[in-house]
Amino acid sequence: MHTQRFPAFSRLLHWLMAVMIVAMLFIGIGMMASLTDYHWLVSIHRPLGIAILILAAVRLTNRMLNPAPALPSDMPALLRVAAHGSHVLLYALMFAVPLVGWGMLSAERYPIVLYGALNLPPILPQSDMLFAWLRTTHTVLAVLFFVTVLAHVAAAMMHALVFRDGVFESMASVRIGADTPAPPHAAAAARSTADL
Amino acid sequence: METDRSSGGRYRLWPIRRNMLVGLCAIGAVVIPVVGAFAYVGGFLIPDRLTQARIIDGFETVNGVHPGFRRNHAKGVCIAGHFTGSGNGVALSKAAVFAPVTTPVTGRFAVAVGKPFVPDNETQVRSMALSFRTANGEEWRTGINDIPVFPVRDAKSFYDQLLASAPDPATGKPDPAKLQAFFAAHPETVAALKLLKARPVSSGFTNASYNSLNAFRLISATGASTPVRWSMVANEPFVPASPATGADTNYLFDDLIARVSKGPVQWHLMVTVGEAGDATADATVPWPDARKRIDMGTLTIDHVEAEGPGNCRDVNFDPLVLPSGIKPSDDPLLSARSAAYSTSFTRRAGEAKTPSQVTPAEVQNPATAKGS
Repeated sequence: MHTQRFPAFSRLLHWLMAVMIVAMLFIGIGMMASLTDYHWLVSIHRPLGIAILILAAVRLTNRMLNPAPALPSDMPALLRVAAHGSHVLLYALMFAVPLVGWGMLSAERYPIVLYGALNLPPILPQSDMLFAWLRTTHTVLAVLFFVTVLAHVAAAMMHALVFRDGVFESMASVRIGADTPAPPHAAAAARSTADL
Repeated sequence: METDRSSGGRYRLWPIRRNMLVGLCAIGAVVIPVVGAFAYVGGFLIPDRLTQARIIDGFETVNGVHPGFRRNHAKGVCIAGHFTGSGNGVALSKAAVFAPVTTPVTGRFAVAVGKPFVPDNETQVRSMALSFRTANGEEWRTGINDIPVFPVRDAKSFYDQLLASAPDPATGKPDPAKLQAFFAAHPETVAALKLLKARPVSSGFTNASYNSLNAFRLISATGASTPVRWSMVANEPFVPASPATGADTNYLFDDLIARVSKGPVQWHLMVTVGEAGDATADATVPWPDARKRIDMGTLTIDHVEAEGPGNCRDVNFDPLVLPSGIKPSDDPLLSARSAAYSTSFTRRAGEAKTPSQVTPAEVQNPATAKGS
């Protein structure tokens, strides 16, 4: 039985970023189809994107210092590959989407105002063609991010409702602490009777 | 008990178990509404929604697609110079540009038509676009026009007017019935166009004055907010346009190039201070003439160059690139302009560029390159 939870700080980062990323994806798609609301949505989009980039760096560091609990030993190889692959993709997108956004505004020579007079410096030289390429890349990666987040949610629900292997609980738990064994697994017991 | 384990364990997906069906239904119940909401927010479920893409499509319908060029104000030339703040504005705005310092300025003069090869004498509205980059790393961009008010008050009216005034392919002129219907629904446009038609048109770029049209807010160091509109008021004496402009289809630009080659040209940045009751959310309505005007500083233009890589050609003069100390007003046109300019920029940025009608050779020597 899978009995370990993610460390509390890891869970906090996960759920905080989950809210931020989902909000970001909706703001991003929404502002591209908004006229009156465009400006305030963009005004949130840029600093929120940078906040996600910073938190992604914090999160990657945290993951290296506090590794994720091992997957259940009986999990098939194909599911393990899918789990690891999708997590690598999620981490990559947490960095790539904001960095491409920052880069594309740099190539546009567009000021990147975070708040008040606080501007980010450009990270790429001005280039209209580079902007156009990064602008498209930003959208493509963001849609890929949305799809990957949905797949992640679907997989989490599979763990919670179908596999009932404690993987969902390892991230969904609200208990403080990480390495204490989980309480006797009520879900698994319930499943055993339900399957009769 | 444990029948699932004996035939592949809890991860077995086939044959389908009851909790598998429950799980898939639950996943569908979460994922499908989220995808639907995403599509709705992105405008995909509402084909009639007016988006920045549709506005730019409207320009392309009316003017044709001219790859690499702005979808509006397509014919232009780059300018450069500097702005010296008077210091008169520092009580109203904490923006560094208004301090008594000199800030480098780049910009663009253009005619307000979406066709890059339009003859100058077929245009009535001239525009000045400016980018101020202050020493503290901030930037202010403004796109201003030599008309007193804007003909429409919101994006929907703008789009409707754009299509209503599009030339009918059969006659080459706008359909009078469509225009009539638009004007009947928009008395504010009728009133604004009356003011536009009454204004004297200048003979050139250098003796025209340019207005922000939209209202903004100046924010002081203590946080006080003042509604304003601004204008670049020409130092050159006003000369009305003469009806006969000769054979030079680029006469406005050639006159500008010739004038700047003789010496710097100046404008005063005049800020009009709005009072209670002055419309900030309606660019069709003029503010009373009696409003206080403050001379914020002097713009000096001493350089003209043809559009090319990395200069004004590749700058999006988004009116909401504002330094701290200037904020948008509640005018809905500002956000819509910002959105539409971004889409226009994105489209043209990825397209192959061809030289502007105002070529580098013409800028070098306007006397020998008289249009085409």
